[in-house]
Amino acid sequence: MADRETPVLELNNLRKSFGALKATDDVSLTLRAGEVHALIGPNGAGKSTLMAQISGRTLPDAGRIRFQGREITRLNEVRRAQLGLGRSFQISSLIPEYSARRNVMLALQARQSHSFRFFKPTLWDRVLIEGADDILERVGLRGRASVPSAELSHGERRLLEIAVALALEPKCFLLDEPMAGMGAEGAGQLVSFLRELKTQAPILLVEHDMDAVFALADRLSVLVYGRIIASGSVEEIRNDPQVREAYLGDSA
Amino acid sequence: MPDFTKEHALNAVIALGLLVVPLWAYFAGEIFTITLFTRITILALAGVGLNIALGLGGMVSFGHAVYFGAGGYAAGILAQHAFNGAPLLGLSGSNQMLVIWLVAMAVSGLLAAVIGAFSLRTSGIFFIMITLAFAQMFYYFAISWPAYGGEDGLPIYVRNQFPGLNTMRPLELFLICWGVLMAGLALFATLRASRFGAALMAIRQNPDRVASLGINPFGIKLAAFVISGMVTGLAGALMADLSRFASPAGMAWTMSGELIVIIILGGTGRLFGPVVGAAFLVGFEVFFGGLTEHWKLWLGVVLLAAVLFGRGGIVGLIAGRERFG
Repeated sequence: MADRETPVLELNNLRKSFGALKATDDVSLTLRAGEVHALIGPNGAGKSTLMAQISGRTLPDAGRIRFQGREITRLNEVRRAQLGLGRSFQISSLIPEYSARRNVMLALQARQSHSFRFFKPTLWDRVLIEGADDILERVGLRGRASVPSAELSHGERRLLEIAVALALEPKCFLLDEPMAGMGAEGAGQLVSFLRELKTQAPILLVEHDMDAVFALADRLSVLVYGRIIASGSVEEIRNDPQVREAYLGDSA
Repeated sequence: MPDFTKEHALNAVIALGLLVVPLWAYFAGEIFTITLFTRITILALAGVGLNIALGLGGMVSFGHAVYFGAGGYAAGILAQHAFNGAPLLGLSGSNQMLVIWLVAMAVSGLLAAVIGAFSLRTSGIFFIMITLAFAQMFYYFAISWPAYGGEDGLPIYVRNQFPGLNTMRPLELFLICWGVLMAGLALFATLRASRFGAALMAIRQNPDRVASLGINPFGIKLAAFVISGMVTGLAGALMADLSRFASPAGMAWTMSGELIVIIILGGTGRLFGPVVGAAFLVGFEVFFGGLTEHWKLWLGVVLLAAVLFGRGGIVGLIAGRERFG
């Protein structure tokens, strides 16, 4: 697997410990343009900790993170988001009192420029409103635009998470369990949507739903006890005896 | 486009009522009523200032009295130097309200920038305590500064002047304060509707999400905190002119508490919340204060009811919950 180009996102030998617990143990992985790279592993394997280090919420103890060829290991979350790392959350994390539209408008506003604009009312800002409505249309939430996000259903909130990530026009999507709590139908829709999304920017996907992972992923990495025990195509991972033992079980 | 809601109607009624009653009192010769309403407008303005930090940004500052007091001292000190002709840092004092307001806002804004830069690194109970600690520090500094009155405060012998009006006449002073309050409310409404306000209110609800969008919560909060302190400082300058006295009591923690009470009673984050809260507080004091010495006990009961049963305060009770379309 020779790289034709530099990876969009590159982790080199990341380490993070909490006391004696090695939450991230010498993790290296890459995300290339146009691909979905899925990160799987049992609960407590350190997926969330790893995502937090990529998004900049926590800093690694050692190792390096490069994004579009640029060293970002020490940048904070705000700067990384500005550079184009778009993140969705494992647990829906929206602005509860804001409508779906306003949640997306806020993301658009963050993308466009700084927020030190004190005078022009956002409710008269056609660029924000129409931009937000277009994105809501894409994820199928246009009809629910004016509903406060706290009153949306669980599945709708997951879609709104994606809409917010879309509004940021990121160079790379970090999606943390986007299928969580979705019904079978919703999950199916989301899979086809994500397949289209990866043409816009590559996706690093953390997901428990194995059907979705196998349907979407171009490459898979398996994380167990903070270490990547295997990495490769879906076929390679399915047939890896170590993975079958540690995670998938013999039935897979 | 925003629709005309029940809250808009309520706001218009309050703004006009606040203007009409003192006008009536003027023709009826009820000078006391005019002064009472001037007090309400000034306290309301101080509340509007705090409402920017507390209502929009969720920053529970328990030390906003420091800006109120600093504004008052700015007015008192400038007036004293204008009165006795002694230079102040090489410049002369001033008895012009417009100059005094600018200085009051600059001083309180600067204080808010320094205090905010430290205290906004904390949150929750720590933020409440650190803002209180800063305010008390300045309070003790004020009462131990003999050059400007110390514990006795600083009298303003002749009320400061406003071009074209006679500020010694109660109605004219009231009109100035009413005008400034309306300007303060316009500022609040503009901020709330802007991109800045959208970010600020989002930070109150979910700061982590806002950071993940690439907006730095600290910068937005600090800017809001400074604007908040400036508006409250302006109110302090007006209050000093109304009572012709810059009082260290205006800097005491009880004043900070009073401002929070005004906002909670009126409706946290609501445009006219502080106006309703201030009117209620002053009215309550005048009415029940005449009946019983223990009026504050009953105020406590009302406050408890407001916190337990009506999270939107009086404005929320009348106009319903706030919606962000």
